[in-house]
Order: sequence, then C-alpha cells, then structure tokens
Amino acid sequence: MLGKLTWSAIPFDQPIPLAAAGIVGIVIIGVGLWVLLKGYLPYLWREWITSVDHKRIGVMYCVLALVMLLRGFIDALMMRSQQAFAFHAAGYLPPEHYDQIFSAHGTIMIFFVAMPFVIGLMNFAVPLQLGVRDVAFPTLNSVSFWLTAAGALLVNLSLVVGEFARTGWLPYPPLSELTYSPGVGVDYYLVALQISGAGSLMAGINMVTTILKMRAPGMSYTRMPIFCWTSLASNLLIVAAFPILTAVLAMLMLDRYLGFHFFTNAAGGNPMMFMNLIWAWGHPEVYILILPAFGVFSEVIATFSGKPLFGYRSMIAATMAICLLSFMVWLHHFFTMGAGGDVNAIFGIASMIIAVPTGVKIFNWLFTMYGGRIRYSSAMLWSVGFMVTFVIGGVTGVLLAVPPADFVLHNSLFLVAHFHNVIIGGVLFGAFAGYTYWFPKAFGFSLDERLGKAAFWAWLVGFYVAFGPLYVLGLLGMTRRMQHYDQPAWHPWVLVAGVGALIILIAIVLQVMQLVVSIRTRENRRDSTGDPWDARTLEWATPSPPPAFNFAVLPNVTHEEPYWGMKQRAREAMRLLSTEPHYVAIEVPRNSPTGVITAFFAVVTGFSVIWHIWWIVVLGLLGAYATFVVFAWRDVAETQIPAAEVERIDRANRAARSAALQKGAA
Amino acid sequence: MNSTTLRAGHDPSHLGHHNEEAHAHAGAIGHGEGGPAPKRIVIGYGFWIFLLSDVILFASFFAAYAVLSTATADGPAARDLFDLRSVAAETGCLLASSFACGMGSLAVAQRSQKWTQIALLVTGLLGFAFLLLEVREFASFVARGAGPTRSAFLSSFFTLVGCHGLHVTAGLLWLGTMMAQFLAKGFRQNIRYRFLCFSLFWHALDIIWVAIFSLVYLVGVST
Amino acid sequence: MQWAVAVPLAALSGCDNSILNPIGPIGAAERTILLDSFAIMMVIAIPTVIATLAFAWWFRASNARARYLPTWAYSGRLELIVWSIPLLVILFLGGITWLSSHELDPARPLKSKLPPLEIQVVSLDWKWLFIYPAQGIATINQLIVPIGMPLHLSITSATVMNVFFVPRLGSEIYCMNGMRSQLNLQADQPGVYPGLSAHFSGDGFPGMTFKLHAVTAQQFAEWAATTRSAGPALDDGAYRGLLRQSENVRPYTYRSVRAGLFADILTQKLPPGEGPTQGRPSPAVHPAQQ
Repeated sequence: MLGKLTWSAIPFDQPIPLAAAGIVGIVIIGVGLWVLLKGYLPYLWREWITSVDHKRIGVMYCVLALVMLLRGFIDALMMRSQQAFAFHAAGYLPPEHYDQIFSAHGTIMIFFVAMPFVIGLMNFAVPLQLGVRDVAFPTLNSVSFWLTAAGALLVNLSLVVGEFARTGWLPYPPLSELTYSPGVGVDYYLVALQISGAGSLMAGINMVTTILKMRAPGMSYTRMPIFCWTSLASNLLIVAAFPILTAVLAMLMLDRYLGFHFFTNAAGGNPMMFMNLIWAWGHPEVYILILPAFGVFSEVIATFSGKPLFGYRSMIAATMAICLLSFMVWLHHFFTMGAGGDVNAIFGIASMIIAVPTGVKIFNWLFTMYGGRIRYSSAMLWSVGFMVTFVIGGVTGVLLAVPPADFVLHNSLFLVAHFHNVIIGGVLFGAFAGYTYWFPKAFGFSLDERLGKAAFWAWLVGFYVAFGPLYVLGLLGMTRRMQHYDQPAWHPWVLVAGVGALIILIAIVLQVMQLVVSIRTRENRRDSTGDPWDARTLEWATPSPPPAFNFAVLPNVTHEEPYWGMKQRAREAMRLLSTEPHYVAIEVPRNSPTGVITAFFAVVTGFSVIWHIWWIVVLGLLGAYATFVVFAWRDVAETQIPAAEVERIDRANRAARSAALQKGAA
Repeated sequence: MNSTTLRAGHDPSHLGHHNEEAHAHAGAIGHGEGGPAPKRIVIGYGFWIFLLSDVILFASFFAAYAVLSTATADGPAARDLFDLRSVAAETGCLLASSFACGMGSLAVAQRSQKWTQIALLVTGLLGFAFLLLEVREFASFVARGAGPTRSAFLSSFFTLVGCHGLHVTAGLLWLGTMMAQFLAKGFRQNIRYRFLCFSLFWHALDIIWVAIFSLVYLVGVST
Repeated sequence: MQWAVAVPLAALSGCDNSILNPIGPIGAAERTILLDSFAIMMVIAIPTVIATLAFAWWFRASNARARYLPTWAYSGRLELIVWSIPLLVILFLGGITWLSSHELDPARPLKSKLPPLEIQVVSLDWKWLFIYPAQGIATINQLIVPIGMPLHLSITSATVMNVFFVPRLGSEIYCMNGMRSQLNLQADQPGVYPGLSAHFSGDGFPGMTFKLHAVTAQQFAEWAATTRSAGPALDDGAYRGLLRQSENVRPYTYRSVRAGLFADILTQKLPPGEGPTQGRPSPAVHPAQQ
C-alpha cells in the first residue's frame, strides 16, 4: 500500500537528525499556527501565494534562498565541527550521516540557495529595468517558483523521512547506482532536482522571452542595463544547459528504477558518460549563477561611484563571450581521467580563455570606480570585497585549469577552497549586494546600514579564515569529503577553518538581526522618493514599492541610462520635465493558484515516486493534468486597474519626486 | 522624458560614446523600437525557445545513444532487431498526422468548427496509430529478450525513442484538450494562440522523428 | 620568479604530505608548473588587487582632492589594454599548458635506463589491492617500491570510482571498473609516504588509505622474497572475499597471485563488487580471515 515506506524510514535511532527534524517541524508548525491565528492566511494567499506579479515572485525566490541558506550553513557547521573532532577519532557524525550532510550541503547551496537567489533578483529587477509591466508569462513564472520550492521541500523532507543521498552533490555512478546506493537517498536527490530543474528551465524560457521581446519603446539591445544583459546570458545558458541535466538525471533514474544500463558497471554501461553529461550542464551552471552577480556588481558600482559603467559595450562582449565559452570547458572537471595530452591541453586552454573576458570585467569595474565619487553603502562594500576576493578565486581557478597542476590538486581541499572562493566571493556577495540594493525598492524601506556593514566585514573575514586554510590543506594533500583522518599536519588548519565558519555564523546572525531591526524601525527608514541610492536605471523611476503595473506609462527610451538622463535634466530645470500623462486603465494578469497547486501535485507525485507508492503517483499525475485543464479553461486571465487608481499612484510618485527636486535644489 | 537641449558634456545619456551623438535620435538599434511585442509574437517566441530546449533534451539522449550504440553486451545489435517496414509505417502515420494538423490550422484560420474538429481528429488518430505501432515494436523487442535492461545499447535506444513516444502521448492529451476547448469556447484568441503552440510542437516532433529515423534506424540497419 | 613564490610556501613543504615537497621527478615537475603558473598570474593579480583597493580608497566621496569625472565611461586605448593584458597572460600560460600536458601525460613512460616495475592497482570497497605481476605477489593497503626505478601502474576498480593518489609522488588518476588507467611515477627518496583515494567512494572512503614504502632496490628484492614465503594466496575465492565491503583494513600481503587475475577483473570476467547487502554497509570483514 505504501511502497517502501515504513516506520523504519524515520530515524528514531539517530538523535541528531531526529532532533533537527523536530526543531524544523516545530518551527514550521509554529509559523503556520501564528499565520492562521493572526488571520494572515487570506492575505498571504491573495497577495503572495497566488500572486503572479514578478516582483512578488522575485521576493519569494529570495526568501526561499535565505531560508535554505540557513539550512545549508548548518550543514557546513556540522562538517567543519566533525572534521575538527575527527582527527584520529570518529567524531560525532558516523559516515552514513556525514556523507548525507556534505551531499545535502552542496545540493542545497547550489540548487536552493544560489539558484533561487539569482533567479529571484532577476525576476524582481529585470522587467523594471526594461521598463515593462511584467515578464512574458506571469502564471508560468509562479509555477516555476513553486516547483523550485517543491524541490526544496522534498530535499528537506529527506531529513525526516528516509535519508538523503550519500554520494556528493553530483551523484557519480556507479556509486549512485542501485547496487552501491540501495537506499532512497539518491532517489530524493533525483526527484527533487527533476522538479526544481523543470522550474528553472521554465524560469529561463520566461526570462529570455521577456528580455528579447518585452522592452520599453526605444530600449534597444545597446541601451539595456548591463544587469539585463547578464540576465539574458544567464537565462540563455539555463535554456541550453538544464535540458541536459534533466536528461542525465532521467537516465540515472531509469537505471535505478527500471534496471537500465546507462551508467552501471554491468551490460556495457558507461559511468564516464555521466561525468561528461553532468558537467556539460554543470559548468554552464556556474556561469548561470555568476553572470547575474556580475550584473548586480555592475549596477552597484556604477550607482555608488556616481558614474556610468565603464566600457559598457566591452562588458556586453565579455558577458556573451563567457556565455559561449562556458559550454566548451566541461572536461576540466576530470583531467585526471586520463584523456591524454591533446584533449587535456585543449580543454585546459579553453578554460583559461574564460579568464580573459572575466579579467576584462574586473578592469572595467576598476575604471568605473576611477574618477568616481564612491559612497560606501554596504552594497558597495560587498562589491569591492567581491573584486578583491574574486581575483584570488580566478587565479586559483586558472591554476586548476593547468592539467599537470590539476593532477595534484584535483578533488583536494584546494579545489573546495577555489569554488567556495568564487561562489561565496562572487555569487553570494553579489546576491547580498543585490539584496541590500533592491530591498528598499521591494519594500519601501531600506535595510539597516550599520548592521549590514558589520555583517559584510564578518563575512569577509570569516570567508578568508574559513577557506584560506582549505587552500593550504589542499597543498598538504588533503582530499575532500573525509569523515575522519589521521594526518597530524592537517589538524591545526582544520581547526582554523572551523573558527572561520564560526565567524561566518556571526555574520549570518548579524544579517538576521539586520532584517529584524530594519523591519521594526521601518517607519524611520521609509524611502519616499523611490530612488534612495541616486541610481541610474529605470526601476528607480517607480515608487517604492512599485505598483502592480510598475509604470503608469511605459517610459520612452532614447539613450543609454534613460532614468539618469531624465533625472539630470529635471535637476537642471529643478522641476519634473515630463508633463502629466493621460491616465488609462491598465490590464494586469489575474492571480492564479495554478503554481502552488502544480507544486502540490509535484510534491505528492515526487514523494510517491521516491517511495514506490505507484497508485499515488497515478493520482498525482491525474491531478496535475486536471490542474492544467482547469487553468486552460478559465475565461478571464486579466484584471483591470482603473485609471483613477493609476492616476492616484502616479501622482503621488510625481509629487514625491518634485518635492525631492525642490529639496535638492534648496 | 522630453528631450531638452542641453550643453554637451552634461547630457549623461551619451556618456562615453562619441559616435553616438550623430544618430542618437535616428531610432534604436535592435528591436526595442516599438515597445513590448504583441502577445501572439511573445507566446510563439517563448514556445519556440521551449522547443529549442526540448531539442537539447533529445540531443542529450542522441548523444547517449551514439556513445552506447555499440555497447550491446553480447546481446542483439541494431541490425538484428530493426524492422524498417514497421518503422516506415510509423513514419508515414506521423507525417500524415502533421499534414492533418496543418489542415487543422487552415480550418482554424477559416473559423470552421466542423473542419477543425475533423482535421484534429484525424491528426489524433494518426498520432495514436503511430503510438500503437511503436508499442508493438517495443513489445516485440521485449518478447525477443531485447528489452531495455538487456544492454546499454538497448537502454539508450528505448530511452531515446520512448522519450519521443512520451512526447507524442503528451501531445495527444493536449490535442484532446484543445478539441474540447474549440468546441466549448469557440475560436477565442487565447485558444488560437495555444493551438499555434500545439502545431509548432507537433511539427517539431516530426523533425525529431526524422532524426531518429535516419540516425537510429537507417544507420542501425546499415552497420 | 619561482623562488619568490616558493619562499612563503616553504613552511608547507616541511610537512610530510605536501605536494610541494615531492619525492620524484613527476611530482617535482608538477610543482614547478604549479609555482610558475602561480607566479605568472601574480604579475597581474597583485597589481589588480592593489589598484582596486587604491581606487576604492582614493575615490571615496569624502576625498575632496580626488577628481570627479561623472561622464568618463569610455576610452578606446584603455579597452585595448584591458583586453590585451589578460589575453597575453593566457597566451603565455596556454603555451605552458600545451607543453606540460603532453610532457606530464600520466600514460607517458618515464625516461630511464632501467625498465619500469609493473604494478597493477585495483581499488576495492574500501581498500587497495596492489599486484606485482613479475614478482607474483600482492599486497593490501601498502605499496612497496624500489627507489630510482620507474614505476608503471595499471589501474582499475573492482567497484565504484576511486582516485589513486600519493601526494608526494604526484599525478593522481581515476580508477574505473572495466577500464585501465595508466600512470608512470618514480620515487627517488627512501621513506614512508601516505597514499589515499582522492575520490569519494562511499561510507568507508576515509579509511581507504595506504602507505607507500620507498626502499632501495636490494631491500625491495628482499621484501619480495620474504613475502613469497608466507601469507595467504590470492586466488578467485580469496578475491571474492575482497569484493565484500570492509573498512579501515590493516595492511597485509599475499604470497602468490593467480595468473591473469588483473586482466579478468579488467574484462569483468570476475564480476564487480556487489555493494552493501542492505541499506547500510556490511560489518567490517578482514579478508585475510576468510
């Protein structure tokens, strides 16, 4: 009746996961009860859960990312502490648990922190920057988000029911085949990623269509803000790379569920093919993550330097070069497979070539700061911290791209330090910069700067203290994923790395405090003008938070940096130059529960697939089909915002801006 | 937003691009001139991008098949199994189905409920016939001990061709829904857009089938 | 230039497992490549970091002496420099990569007057089997090699993927079932050095370590003779015992090895390991006790 699911799936005999699951469960139930008792549920349902507004969906992506960051970071703390204890000892985590933790850490951080964070920022900012009212397919956007959330839920469910993969964040066969991993852990991984991968793919299609087909009048390619360019590149990569992930995970599922032989040791299976296919997705994936972060830095550095981005076209060229090259380097993830001198050298050189456009970007940011008048808000601190840290990550990356150097560094902690260097120092710093930068736009009040800066410094110092020792350990021949070890030379460095993790813990606590304090004192930190940073792109032309329709009238773009142009002209004239438009009613897409219902069926179906409960699988698929039909059947997809409402909102915005101009002039 | 004449060096919109001054007002480069594209274009465009991603999905399965096509593990190889007559019949069904779908598009353009339903019914029946033939072929392989678990070659064969079959199945479900919608709601704009996507999907499946036919079946029997 | 970089790293070289303190020609060559590439990149990385910090400091808003250039956003000459500096560095590094990738290809035999010593390596769940075909002996979790003599390792796996790695010898390489990887190495300094699997292979992975004993040719010959005289024999039955999962296996030796064993593992005539019998690994089994 319930397939493989029995009471033994719940780890009653293992106190740590049980306690963790208990705490998570209590928190979830507590939050749920609080929402119910306070009567917030109708509000949440109407304004957030069923919302198809790109801004709301963007915010929800970021919330998901922040929550999952906490989960992933707890995993990191457990790994660091286990290794601190496990010198000549067993530590406190047995291998079967430790192996789940590092697998979950990688999976969660990449798929449920980094991905939703950058997709959330793109979702929020890109339509605003393009000067349009929404993404191309608003309901699909909601489905994408909820599928990502469904994947995250399944991964976290594995903590309570059954186990997670014990194979690393990429489940290399044959270890991940049924023979060597008979538990449900790998199935959790596969199903969760198939669901969230489908969400990411749809998000990518949506965003590419939006950027290529939905822009304000006159917004030509060479007038798009650079963040839109990097988002375009990133989403093109999603569209081109995620189907490969879907295919390769489907093959592994077929192996595990139906006894196929894609990657098995037996019957001609080819495990090396898995590595080729997974990295054909996996390498573009890192650029999917870093390119939007590059875009955020470009916007932030230009804004806070009070200058346009240096070498805008050069930046576009560099972005697209990275986009293209990222598909030609996957083999550098396994130089040590013995592919031969020619192949290794070609892929090594191709990998290094990516350093050229990346280096160009660094130099362009440098010259953007040159001659600037730099205001050090925390978003700018993240950007400068990134530039320094990323140079180091780039150097170690190129080092690993030299095959003979990789022959002694592959899979070592040097490698671990390198990719944390670029993912924390690049993607995460970028996400935090974007979070601070766009927060006032999203909520109408800004985050506390003092705590924000403190969090930045703690993150920066914590990062160096945590990962500097890992570089050293790599040189000392320590390989990754060691549950215990007996080399005395490694122990002190492992301890230092543990201290670094604790400093990062302080940083995260500071960030939580920042959010809480900022919300409590929000009345004192209201952004009345809609442009708190004196920024340059169109999203700052809207009120904070922007209305559902974003722009009362789509802006007419005649130059690069149209908003900066408007603002400067207005400043010179000391009044708003545009005349009040004729307001008309605006059609916006109606809310739809399609996304959350689809995700519900995805979770039910996915969970039943994991546990082989086939009758529920059938029910779940039928439900998904029914959802599709019901959605397709609806008669009215849009709702109107009356002209008077548009007028009211836009007039308030114009009045606030006029007042700000007067004040600036005075 | 009005352009006011400003002193050179103070117009921030031209920053850094000396050459742009000349044609700054001559209209934008790229396709942003008129603002967001109309809905039909956006929907069609988005669906095209989805189809491209689907092609990449198939490309991955093709790649796996290419790598594993010789990994027969001493079991049957392609030339021992494939029966080109059956495959030719499948191909015929699918191409004819695509033709009928094209007829359906014409009928929709004419707003003819009767002919739309007839054309789409023929499309669906031919697609269903294709599926039946494919299932029969698969069943005969399995009966001969050449199921997907026999060897890596057969695993990749069943996956590639089966993935196409699943797409056809999904297409049939979609088609049925579309027919019901045309019947219930008439030729409303959003339903016509959806039908545009369906026909793109159906034709794309043809193209993928042609690739399967030539790269899997024809190459398979000739080597 | 290499030394300038090597000095701050000298502290690391003192440790007994550092890849910067190699004991053979391959490791030494790889260290040279590593340090050279690092030094070359430092030539632009250090100025870039300094410039970043300097610009960030000098152009702060509160510095009245800094010139504000609110419209300066393009310079063709700078763009040219910005693209060509990284390009030149990569050209240079690319040359090094091309040459060294061929020179240090793991499958490339070492130049030596002596014929190489053949060693066959099989990774198992979770221990290492080393077969010396010419000597007709085998070891578990210890690798005895004569110094100064090139080693030719043929490497496969009887189970999941692993990576054979002795950090101080250099060059690691994957062990894969049904496939043979080749590695040419040489140890020049006598001593005992740690070796490990550098690719996660399951719950017993951290215990999958071994010791490399580099000894003189004479000691090696004596050791081989002693080994031949005692201990269990590695036949098909004993090998099946090895296939069962076991953790933290203490080193021991086999006095004889069934001829063609490695080839049969490679061609899967001897089937690969069957993994755990249930969801968790089977209890540690010492194969010698079978």
